[in-house]
Amino acid sequence: MDSTKNLNTAPTVMKETKNKIRVDFERTDLKTRLKAKFVSAAFVGKIIFYIFRLVLLVGLAYIILYPFITKIAGSIMSKTDFADITVRLIPRNPTLDTYKALLAETDTINGKIVPIYWTAFKNTLTLSLITAVIQTFTCCLIAYGLAKFKFKGNGIIFAIVVLTMVIPHSTLQLSLYMNFRYFDIFGIFKFLSGGLSFGHRDETLNAGWINALNDILAQINLLPDQIKFSKTFSLNFAQGTNFINTYIPMIMLSATGLAFKNGLYIFMLRQFFRGVPDSLEESAYIDGSGTFRTFLQIILPMSVPMMITVFLFSFSWQWTDDFYTTLFFPADRVLLMPDIVDVIPASLQTAGAVKAVFETAIRNTSGLLIIAPLIVMYLFCQRYIIQGIERSGITGE
Amino acid sequence: MAKDVKKNTKAEIAAPKKTKKRKIVSLDKKKARAGWFFVLPFIIGCILIYIPVIFDSFIYSVSEVENIRGGGYELHFVGIENYRAAFFDDPNFAQTLVKGLQQLIFDVPAIVIFSLFMAVLLNQKMMGRAFFRAVFFVPVILSTGLMESIEAIDISEEVEMGEGEKSATAEIVSAMDIEVLFSYMKIGTGLVEYVTQLINSIYNIVNRSGVQMLIFLSGLQSISPAIYEACSIDGASGWETFWKVTFPMISPMILVNGVYTIIDSFTSESNLVMTYINGVYGSGSNGNVLSTAMAWTYFTIVILIISAVAALFSAYVFYQRRDS
Repeated sequence: MDSTKNLNTAPTVMKETKNKIRVDFERTDLKTRLKAKFVSAAFVGKIIFYIFRLVLLVGLAYIILYPFITKIAGSIMSKTDFADITVRLIPRNPTLDTYKALLAETDTINGKIVPIYWTAFKNTLTLSLITAVIQTFTCCLIAYGLAKFKFKGNGIIFAIVVLTMVIPHSTLQLSLYMNFRYFDIFGIFKFLSGGLSFGHRDETLNAGWINALNDILAQINLLPDQIKFSKTFSLNFAQGTNFINTYIPMIMLSATGLAFKNGLYIFMLRQFFRGVPDSLEESAYIDGSGTFRTFLQIILPMSVPMMITVFLFSFSWQWTDDFYTTLFFPADRVLLMPDIVDVIPASLQTAGAVKAVFETAIRNTSGLLIIAPLIVMYLFCQRYIIQGIERSGITGE
Repeated sequence: MAKDVKKNTKAEIAAPKKTKKRKIVSLDKKKARAGWFFVLPFIIGCILIYIPVIFDSFIYSVSEVENIRGGGYELHFVGIENYRAAFFDDPNFAQTLVKGLQQLIFDVPAIVIFSLFMAVLLNQKMMGRAFFRAVFFVPVILSTGLMESIEAIDISEEVEMGEGEKSATAEIVSAMDIEVLFSYMKIGTGLVEYVTQLINSIYNIVNRSGVQMLIFLSGLQSISPAIYEACSIDGASGWETFWKVTFPMISPMILVNGVYTIIDSFTSESNLVMTYINGVYGSGSNGNVLSTAMAWTYFTIVILIISAVAALFSAYVFYQRRDS
């Protein structure tokens, strides 16, 4: 009875402005409404579920963050804190000595004294940036070809891509090393070396800019020992070229979509490109754009979140990789991040009971220093990961 | 005569048709050629690097390496000697292999189920969702290769933790409590052991299910909300909706994630067999060829497992065909 009456009575206008209107009408009183809403089994169940979910998520987040918390705590503890068993996560005598010592640590490489961390940082940054950019582009290219063009062998090539993901790189480590240690394409270099190695390596002949070029290339570790640019481009390929300790193996692997986890990127991007409507490209073709131009000007700009995801993955996985870096940079000639993990600075040398614990803490501090740039990058880019993945609509079909 | 004419006309009629047809084919061919152009880098890489490397690797696994003075090496064919040595001369390899496979069978369902569960949770609307998502994807970025090796030190040696204290996981739930709980419930010991193992390695599982969570999350996003709406109108509960809608729709992703998890866990550095093979690689004069033979054995077994899993799962996978 009441309700029909309520519906019939028109709401009375209390206040009216240009944009807002405030009306008053008869409603069920607050107590009844709240009772109906909150005092029910469904609501109690909901609350219990919310609490359960919150506790679970917070607990799991704690498990994920715990190692970082202990690492940070350990990195600012002083030696006396490690000796004191009452000190747990919160240091009693906080100090930044560990960081200072690690950042100031130097070593002699190629006859020069260099700060370890900053050199490794510079080298790793160069390597990761180069490989990540190349990998992102190549994987886009390959994935687009596999997703949007029907040609004979498409399926086979995709199967090989998946296979590259399946074959563990440890299976290939010896042959990869040998391949780049004595690099030679089907013996062509070896065959040519007789004809090409007429180069009398007369350094005096070299013009200044050629020396400068050699220096720059050597600086960024792109130049193998055998190749030196001079007026007579001299090559000595008698044993195949030694690409170890240069970035070339990584660049070659990246440029051909064979580097670490590239199969996964190609798979992700392929699923993404398959979701792009064909009509988009068809209209571009009708307007006279070629396939490659369509790819560059229409497909790539719209897949930026996905590309950032792939870039972030390849950059950070290269950054912390220790398989390829120890394989291709065996000697300490090129300092990379994995090389600085086991460095214990002289000023932090200790003896006695705390030695083991303290040295572990120092290693963990090195670890923190290594991933610090990644954390900063992740904070800025993480929303793109979720965006890119959400848009990819990977369906596994 | 007439026959000839007829033939000629036939040929004439056929000829333009043929050219017309060829034009259509050539357009297709043009696109096909463009496709080849796009995948060209990969093909070049395969021919120049990957296939030779795989071939070499296989050759190494059946050879003996001898270094020549002044750089260079020579291979001597020894047949299956390396494989025989791996299984019969090395006392630990077969044992490690079995242990590693056990670990694989234990890990894969745990990771897949956990990541599905977490993806469903993280897909719900709630307070602080962005924060939790950010935290849960931290392991994707940070716990690979190098960090894995450092973290191992952290946990095994208990940095800045007093004596008798275990890692973070053991602090949260004591395995003993769980065992007691289950023994009252009269459940078989096998299951109890599985669950306690699961809880003890929760840290490991959480850290390794980042990519899987991402894949599941993207799958959940691609399910049309209209289906859920229809379900709620028909009065289905959340539980029913999950098993009747979400689960079948996400089943292709379960296959993908199952295969990915197998691949990931058997190529990861923390894998028992991988660690062992890496150890063999660095040791002894013939360690490198021996390790290659071991890796090939392991690889073959895992390929068999993957194809078995894929075949088994794809029978139950539901595809919602939008086109065709």
